[in-house]
Amino acid sequence: MFFLDQIWLIPLLPAFGATLMFFFGKKLQKQTVSAVCVGTVALAFVLSCGAVWQYVHNYSASQPFEKVMYTWLGSDTGHLNYTTHDGYPAEFKAQVGFLLDPLSSIWLLFVTGVGMLIHIYSTGYMAHEGGYYRFFGYLNLFMFSMLTLILANNYAQLFVGWEGVGLCSYLLIGFYFHRKSASDAANKAFIVNRIGDAGFLLGMFTIAWHLGSVRFTDVTTMARSGHFHVGDPVLTAAALLLFVGACGKSAQLPLYVWLPDAMEGPTPVSALIHAATMVTAGVYMVARSNAIFVLAPNAMKTVAIVGALTAIFAASIGLVQNDIKRVLAYSTVSQLGYMFLALGVGAFAAGVFHVFTHAFFKALLFLGAGSVIHALSGEQDMRNMGDLARRTPTTYMTMLIATLAIAGIPLFAGFFSKDEILWQAWHSAEGSPYLWLIGFGTALMTAFYMFRLMFLTFHGQPRMSHEVEHHIHESPKSMTVPLIILAFFSIFSGWLSWPQSLGGNDRLMKFVEPVFANEAHVIQEQGKSALLAAGAKEKEPTSSTEYGLMFLSVAAAVVGGGLAFRSYARADKGYAEPIEATAKPVYTVLYNKWFIDEAYDYVFTGRRRLGKVRLGVLGLGDASTWFDVHVVDGLVNGTGWTTRTLATLSKWWDTWIIDGIGVNGPAILARILSYPFRLFEWGLVQWYALVMVAGLLGFVFYYAYR
Amino acid sequence: MAPITTIHYLVVAAALFVLGVIGVLTRRNVVIVLMSVELILNAVNLNLVAFSRIWGLHGQVFAIFVITDAAAEAAVGLGILIAFFRNKETVNVDEIDLLKW
Repeated sequence: MFFLDQIWLIPLLPAFGATLMFFFGKKLQKQTVSAVCVGTVALAFVLSCGAVWQYVHNYSASQPFEKVMYTWLGSDTGHLNYTTHDGYPAEFKAQVGFLLDPLSSIWLLFVTGVGMLIHIYSTGYMAHEGGYYRFFGYLNLFMFSMLTLILANNYAQLFVGWEGVGLCSYLLIGFYFHRKSASDAANKAFIVNRIGDAGFLLGMFTIAWHLGSVRFTDVTTMARSGHFHVGDPVLTAAALLLFVGACGKSAQLPLYVWLPDAMEGPTPVSALIHAATMVTAGVYMVARSNAIFVLAPNAMKTVAIVGALTAIFAASIGLVQNDIKRVLAYSTVSQLGYMFLALGVGAFAAGVFHVFTHAFFKALLFLGAGSVIHALSGEQDMRNMGDLARRTPTTYMTMLIATLAIAGIPLFAGFFSKDEILWQAWHSAEGSPYLWLIGFGTALMTAFYMFRLMFLTFHGQPRMSHEVEHHIHESPKSMTVPLIILAFFSIFSGWLSWPQSLGGNDRLMKFVEPVFANEAHVIQEQGKSALLAAGAKEKEPTSSTEYGLMFLSVAAAVVGGGLAFRSYARADKGYAEPIEATAKPVYTVLYNKWFIDEAYDYVFTGRRRLGKVRLGVLGLGDASTWFDVHVVDGLVNGTGWTTRTLATLSKWWDTWIIDGIGVNGPAILARILSYPFRLFEWGLVQWYALVMVAGLLGFVFYYAYR
Repeated sequence: MAPITTIHYLVVAAALFVLGVIGVLTRRNVVIVLMSVELILNAVNLNLVAFSRIWGLHGQVFAIFVITDAAAEAAVGLGILIAFFRNKETVNVDEIDLLKW
């Protein structure tokens, strides 16, 4: 059991690489940096494969492997004791622990696998860029955080990883920090994620307060114990708060705005963090919390509706964007919406399956886009591309496979997972035809914008400048080999879960299903009545419906692709956008991303004014400035004015009343009254003597002659 | 020739006294004023001595006291005068009016 016992090595290896880059990266040569950073991730991949292999062979799927290293928060000292909502004594305790079950196994495999391929690709893509060691240090740090996140055995440790990937995302979006747009985008991603993180933290504390633990196994056991009834309001609140966190990290409405801007980062980063791995952390967290979500049908409904709306909303924007990476970014948001739709209708396994397949084909699309950008000396605008199929054949072929996969063409990976989601959206107890319809519309749009991207990039007339055209070249081996491997998985990862309706055995979904065992259990035991009461109709899944829906979604993909072919296959300079030609206002709205950024600027950031008034953060700033200037400063100035006035009054009193009447008054009075007597003293001594003599004579005469 | 009686002494003493008073009241020079004060004192002494012929030696003893007093007075008065002269360069009594209101 070497691999399972040493599971802690998996996140630690990239952490080692990151530390090395942090301290010595600047002094190391590029080859050394590549060797260390790719090496650690490759080794982590090998260890992951070993661990999953040993887990599968030694444990039953419903029995997680858990290894606790030490207690990190809280201990036997009891400092963090509290009483739960129901009055049970509990202790807030978080461990550094590793939990391996089918859910984390799947994430572990594709995160390390795709991560390793993208690391290899980056050695080629970033070869001529400055900050090479910095880039790889961040990437390794990201791998560490992501692996911490998915191997955590409690919410607190998951949150550490959660914040870690957020930080790395920030650092890597702002990798070209000298470009203002990049550092703005990094800030935007970080700040929008903070909103979600606040929700996550509150959700975690609500769980601790309500269930008495943040450890996944305890939480799941408690939630499944039957102690809590379906629709428990506190659990609903906890689930919704966790979902707020997921909305931030996984770019769902209304917090998706950071992800398109995140394309300012280097393309491998977009592939690794903003397509394949980090943005699926929200899906992972919700799937991990399935025991809670199942007990909160309203939260589930919210997840499904938000997911479906995000899917179609982002896809609609993707239809008309011209930046190749932005199309892919909106596509990612849209696909994440699919995943949440699946989670929301209770089809956790289908959602996880889509995460798995999506990781491959979306990483491939981004890396392919990176290869295109590389070939075109940094050009990202599809209006200036075209006719690359002959000149970059490997990129073209691999991207074509990924496009077929994401569009949902049968036999390619995306078909299986997306079809499963659509089917579950239609027939599962929580699903509804409306959700399916939204998903179906999204599938149509997805096919359209993906083939639009392909035709504009690889077909039609070359529209780039001659100088750029002259430099077009296929990417080096370090970049094309990962593309080929990912293309392989973009086909065959879906085959791991070949559906039963098509004669397969749903292998991958069966593998993860035990993690969500309670779903069926709860719905059978108590949930079904609750869900029925909530208005959900019981539907008999019939194979004919399933085949029908399958046919429809394939048809949607073909129609979407066909429309794109008609409009763009022969695109020359100044080609027409079909949406613009038929409905100009719709095009304007979509092209400006539904004006959501502008609306946020009006409402939340306050960068734009509504008339004269600002709202949002800057509005709050204005308001507090006003408060500061008028109320606080007013109070200060008022106090000062009062003091000065009182001092003036007091000075006047002192001068005129105390000094004047009290002190000088008696003196003046004495002076005035004494004035007549002073006149006697005129200063001639002999006059005094004469007066004395006269007085003496007076007395003498008086006594002599009386 | 009629014998010299007390009345004679008294007349001389009164004359001396009046001379002294006139001196004190009229002269400007403080030294002369002081000398005039001596005249007044000696007029009194003459009275005392004259009456001691009738009532015994008490008057003479008292006169000696007055002489002593006069000496002391002259000494103090002249001392003050010298100190004053050093400040004001004058010994005129009508210029000595510092304590005037």
